[in-house]
Amino acid sequence: MAGDTLTSAEYIKHHLTNLTYGKLPDGTWAWAHDAAEAKSMGFMAIHVDTMLWSIGLGVLMLYVLRRVAVNATSGVPGGLQNFFESLVEFIDDTVRGSFKAKNDLVAPLALTIFIWIFLQNLMDLVPVDLIPYLLGDHGLGIAHFMKIVPTTDPNATFGMAFGVFFLVLYYSVKIKGPGGFAGELTLQPFSSDNMIVQVIFIPINFILEFVGLVAKPISLALRLFGNMYAGEMIFILIALMYSGGIALGLFGGVLQLGWALFHILIITLQAFIFMTLTIVYLDLAYQEH
Amino acid sequence: MNINLTMFGQLISFVIFVWITMKFVWTPIMAALEERKKEMADGLAAAERGQHEQELAKNRARQVLHEGKEQAAEIVSQAHKRAAEIVDEAKENARAEGARILTAARADVDQEALKAREQLREKVAELAVLGAQKILQREIDAEAHKDIVTNLTEQI
Repeated sequence: MAGDTLTSAEYIKHHLTNLTYGKLPDGTWAWAHDAAEAKSMGFMAIHVDTMLWSIGLGVLMLYVLRRVAVNATSGVPGGLQNFFESLVEFIDDTVRGSFKAKNDLVAPLALTIFIWIFLQNLMDLVPVDLIPYLLGDHGLGIAHFMKIVPTTDPNATFGMAFGVFFLVLYYSVKIKGPGGFAGELTLQPFSSDNMIVQVIFIPINFILEFVGLVAKPISLALRLFGNMYAGEMIFILIALMYSGGIALGLFGGVLQLGWALFHILIITLQAFIFMTLTIVYLDLAYQEH
Repeated sequence: MNINLTMFGQLISFVIFVWITMKFVWTPIMAALEERKKEMADGLAAAERGQHEQELAKNRARQVLHEGKEQAAEIVSQAHKRAAEIVDEAKENARAEGARILTAARADVDQEALKAREQLREKVAELAVLGAQKILQREIDAEAHKDIVTNLTEQI
């Protein structure tokens, strides 16, 4: 929906701006009317669209899963039931394969991550203009900005990644003890029998290990965010072609179809990677070095 | 990349979703799957047991059939023997009966012959007396010579 008065840059920028509610520099809480205003809110702001879509999808996920759980009997399952039970078994197998210790949290965590991220990524396949148009100024007029793919918002991916990171820290300390965890961060990879050399090694080790530790949630979040953001950006660029006449529009339609088909792979893969890395990180937290 | 409060909102919802999934989704599904697995194993074991039992039953049936056949053959052979015996017995009886009837008939015949001879003798005596009467009617009184005639009759 490249409006008549919009330039391409404005169109893209419009699509990449969240529906933001936050504290303006003058101290009042209000809806942001443009990207600059949203930026001026700084940290004290909430991306309402990200929150609503992700929570909505999460509730949908829980609703479906709960129904599957209630209907799960030892009898013969059918249709949807079968699909989700297979999915649960697949994730259970994956967790058993990668996560050696015993923990009742990891498997449901992996299931939640996989389905939730998949659903959020799936919103990417909805035509980029459809929902913003329906809800926007030319439709219902509810919201000026609307980003419907929560995972293209780094807040969403970092939120989940930090959730995982806190679990990694918690289990590291729980399993190895505070001393063991500190030792893991400082006494390797370099170690020496000589006391003085060992003391010199400690800060070096700490820098190396700390970077490695912090890199986990950041890479987790940025990988998902980057992939989805790039995918979304390409959809937006393709959508721009629709304003370029019939020939370009048709070409854009073909491209969009192709990219959407390819994107099905990416969204599933990214959800799976996030899940697998979560399992691996938690497994590492359990392992003694 | 503007990080803001949304991140905490997402973090909190993530934690809540994971918790709900763990409590209300994962546990019942795994329990059901476990139960189904167990039931399947039980079912397979039962099927195997059933197959085994069927095999045994088949063997038993074959054995019973075999025994039945043997018994039937025995009964038939016994019946044949008995039939032969009955025939023999009947023959024996018939022969004895025939002999008896023959004997009785012979006795009857003998008796009849005796009786006939007796009658014949009386008739002859009568005839003789009649002849003699005719002859003697002219000369002899029947009364006077009766004892002689009687004597004669007895002698014949």
